[in-house]
Amino acid sequence: MAFDNALGAIAEDNDETRWAFGTGFHDPLAGIDTSVPDGIDRHALSAYCLMLGDDALIMSHRLQEWCTHAPELEEEVALANIALDLLGQARLLLSRAGTAEDAGRAEDDLAYFRNAPEFRNIVLAELPNGDFAHSTVRLLMFATWRLALLDRLTTSRDPVLAAIAAKSVKEVAYHRDHAALWTIRLGDGTDLSHARTQRALDALWPHTGELFTAHKIERDLAAMGVAVDPSDVREEFDTVLDEVLTKATLRRPAPAPPANSAGRDGKHSTPLSDLLAELQSVARAHPGATW
Amino acid sequence: MTQEHFDRTIDRDQRIEPRDWMPDAYRTTMVRQIAQHAHSEIIGMQPEGEWITRAPSLRRKAILLAKVQDEAGHGLYLYSAAETLGADRTGLTEKLISGRQKYSSIFNYPTLSFADVGVIGWLVDGAAICNQVPLCRSSYGPYARAMIRICKEESFHQRQGYELLMALMRGTDAQREMVQDSVNRWWWPSLMMFGPPDADSTHTAQSMAWKIKRHTNDELRQRFVDMTVPQAEALGVTLPDPDLRWNADRGHHDFGEIDWSELKRVISGDGPCNAERIDVRRTAHEDGAWVREAAAAHAAKQTAAPSSKQIAERAERRP
Repeated sequence: MAFDNALGAIAEDNDETRWAFGTGFHDPLAGIDTSVPDGIDRHALSAYCLMLGDDALIMSHRLQEWCTHAPELEEEVALANIALDLLGQARLLLSRAGTAEDAGRAEDDLAYFRNAPEFRNIVLAELPNGDFAHSTVRLLMFATWRLALLDRLTTSRDPVLAAIAAKSVKEVAYHRDHAALWTIRLGDGTDLSHARTQRALDALWPHTGELFTAHKIERDLAAMGVAVDPSDVREEFDTVLDEVLTKATLRRPAPAPPANSAGRDGKHSTPLSDLLAELQSVARAHPGATW
Repeated sequence: MTQEHFDRTIDRDQRIEPRDWMPDAYRTTMVRQIAQHAHSEIIGMQPEGEWITRAPSLRRKAILLAKVQDEAGHGLYLYSAAETLGADRTGLTEKLISGRQKYSSIFNYPTLSFADVGVIGWLVDGAAICNQVPLCRSSYGPYARAMIRICKEESFHQRQGYELLMALMRGTDAQREMVQDSVNRWWWPSLMMFGPPDADSTHTAQSMAWKIKRHTNDELRQRFVDMTVPQAEALGVTLPDPDLRWNADRGHHDFGEIDWSELKRVISGDGPCNAERIDVRRTAHEDGAWVREAAAAHAAKQTAAPSSKQIAERAERRP
């Protein structure tokens, strides 16, 4: 009967490809030539992709934690959207890291079976969410910095990395825009929201030092045209932040000194261990299982 | 625009639209039905949402996150449909967190393992689809149109849930046991999703006459059982009902007596997670108040807030 177009459609045996698409792909780099171009140190490339992939994975996790706790429904949708974009980027970058290394680990091996000291994300990404102002300012900093990196990576000598960057630039431009608009609303909104946003900015600002401190691998690969030296994006970061903070009527803290040790070396805060314990709990309870 | 026009529209199987005259009782019933559905989508984010950060593969994490995001989206457009009848989202949310409006009782059960994500997709979304597909022909236009999109996405979720269970059943013994345990816990609550038996259903007759309900609770429940039995066999799980068997005379499956006292208990607020679900929603609403106030204050100060395009253009002017 006419009752059941949708019902009929799901009860019959559909061609699997009709619905296992979108977020559900199995191999992030399926059909892509993943050979490493001559002259590029594959171990360095793998380590570099791990850095960018871990940034996305851990930042995505923090955004996932907002799920069902957001201040309004539109924000539930938006934060989940940003988390999904970053998760997609993490899957591509971890897969690239795996195809460039000798061990050839898959995305899930890298996400679920490394311990905190083996993670290479910046500390800013792993900090606990705090309140909505704290999460918003952190996202603004993260997305502004990441967009500046990705923009330059679209011309990387590694064609896989360049393609991932080209896809990600469009996404992160939206993330930055979203966070900027909220920072302005909160900074300019009420006395309470202004105070909370300024407090978040003051608390987070010292972590910007790490964003522009180049790791040796980043420097070496940047010299070969494969990576970006993060110290090159500070000016863009400062310009964007200045613009947003001015509109938000927020006071920019004094420049943070460069960090001398950081997440890129595997030095993390306790919250990362807690985050990983949760992220990896089910996977590690069933070693060898496929999902 | 009168009762006569309303009756004729219903008789001809046409749609009632927001500006049409409608009986007060029709309006009240539609607001209640749509709000309850919207609340169910939003509360329904919680049981599965708890597993997003723990999902055991990045692929499953992405699928689950996208699904829970879809539910927020469903909630949004259902609240919008309710607003076409003069309700407003803030008022409805307050009715939800003060317990004056209900949501589907199924979401008051806990999710104890990752297999629950698959079983919710298969059984709970499956039951929801049986309930909701006929609502695509609801006499109230905005609701009927919202339901078309929702049903399409729900079907997608059900397939994904079933696909997860297939993968688990092909996996380790522990994974298979996890699936069976989950089916044991969710089967009976899923049957309760169709509501009380027809004999006890207070709203059915009027709702059928108004064509905002197209099939009785028992008809839909039977349809769900008949649809699910072969799927369970294909999956290799046992549905936990010793009385479940094919009845050739009826052309349907017979099944055991549902524990209606349990449904009454859960509906009246005494289910395993009622307090927790409302508490999470209330906390999010209250903790978010200062954010919503800030956005409203900023909007009031700005006759026109900067558009996305303007921000992007400014960023482009960087040195």
